[in-house]
Amino acid sequence: MTDSARMSIDDVTVRAEELIGSSDEVLARDAAGIAAELLAMGEDILAAWHEAKGAVPTGEKTEGFRLLALHRQGARGNPSFNACRETCREIVYHHNLVLHDPEASDVAHTIRLGAMVVNHLALFVGGKLQEAGLGDFCCSSRPLRQSETSNPATETV
Amino acid sequence: MSGKYQKVAYYPGCALEGSGHAYNRSTKAVGKKLGLDLVELKNWNCCGAMEVKNIDPKIQTYLSARNLSIAEDMGFDTVMAPCNGCYHNLKKAEYDLENDEASREVNSRLSGKAGHNTYESGKVETIHALDWIKHSVGEEGIKDRVKNSLKGLKVANYYGCMYTRPRHIFPEKDKGPGSESTSKPHFMDELLAAAGAENVDYPLKTACCGGAHALSDSDTSTKLVLNLLTTAEACGADVIATECPTCHTGLEMHQIRAEKVLGRKTSVKILYFTQLLGMAMGLSPKAVGVHENFSDSMSLIKEKKLA
Repeated sequence: MTDSARMSIDDVTVRAEELIGSSDEVLARDAAGIAAELLAMGEDILAAWHEAKGAVPTGEKTEGFRLLALHRQGARGNPSFNACRETCREIVYHHNLVLHDPEASDVAHTIRLGAMVVNHLALFVGGKLQEAGLGDFCCSSRPLRQSETSNPATETV
Repeated sequence: MSGKYQKVAYYPGCALEGSGHAYNRSTKAVGKKLGLDLVELKNWNCCGAMEVKNIDPKIQTYLSARNLSIAEDMGFDTVMAPCNGCYHNLKKAEYDLENDEASREVNSRLSGKAGHNTYESGKVETIHALDWIKHSVGEEGIKDRVKNSLKGLKVANYYGCMYTRPRHIFPEKDKGPGSESTSKPHFMDELLAAAGAENVDYPLKTACCGGAHALSDSDTSTKLVLNLLTTAEACGADVIATECPTCHTGLEMHQIRAEKVLGRKTSVKILYFTQLLGMAMGLSPKAVGVHENFSDSMSLIKEKKLA
């Protein structure tokens, strides 16, 4: 998918919901194509995050996937981004499951779950764009007033 | 049975005395049923939770260190915290005291002011309720005690975020066979499978529920939880098993809110893993606090003949 065809996070959510609600027949008809689309949707979500933060989304790959490289780029200096580390890996996993056997009898189910995982990534990153602290508590232990507390002179104890 | 963790210090934390009381009740009931001793920390305090940690992490480290100091004073080398937040914070304190001189200095100064021993890293091991059961009786110990098998019950195991993140504060995890995984945790899956449950392959077992933002950004939390619930249902789960009071309450509350605000009704049930284990071992729903949950799961419990 070219940059001009990139989806916004809202568009990703709409498309993911559409796939989740699609019949098994529709999903199985072009299973490999939809799996690639879901992977691209994951990349679009993270690319939107990077651009919103003034960064250029990487075009590199980690473990063979740009999505994982984009995640690493996001987590660098921002450990709370690791709240979506496993979500990104699950997207890759579901993509690989479909490609492994696009004719599998349960391929529609696999695609539907993949779409739900993409939806979660969209909700998390979309939520984080509105509320930057999302994920801070669990993943980074970063205080809200880090710059103040890192200075012993202004420590509150 | 390994014999490990037969008698440990117990740190319930604030949530287990309030919204997560069912987890407290079921943890104690399961421990008793398994013949394990829990000795509650005397005069324990808040672990620092998210509020203190987000304002000044060194004070949070001190607050958690004080609890570890109490365990040490009581003669324990292990403290068990069932709440993911408490568990995470005690682990984080341990890590900070091991690796950060400034944290050690603040802990020493505040411990001196408060008039108690200064906790030094490495004296007390912090474990989760999952570690406790897994390493004390294990799957075989559970199998031996099952009276009402969970057979036919499809379970999505939801671990939430703080049980595995950030990875560096859990040095005992990711050590290969027998150890817990931070990317694909499995202890809860294994314990419930031993009780007969059929675990579904749930792809969001460590995904964010927006728990820390339940009040400041309720809509995001509701949407995240709704996706967790609908995905569990798509996986065929009858019930989501939890091991964190914040996750559990968040799932229950936002299940209701999703129906009211978004018009999206989900029917998957939500139970603590200790409640499921307890009922599998013959404890009544009341004994494991099912009546204290917000989510009503009695119809499922009766259908599966666990009551």
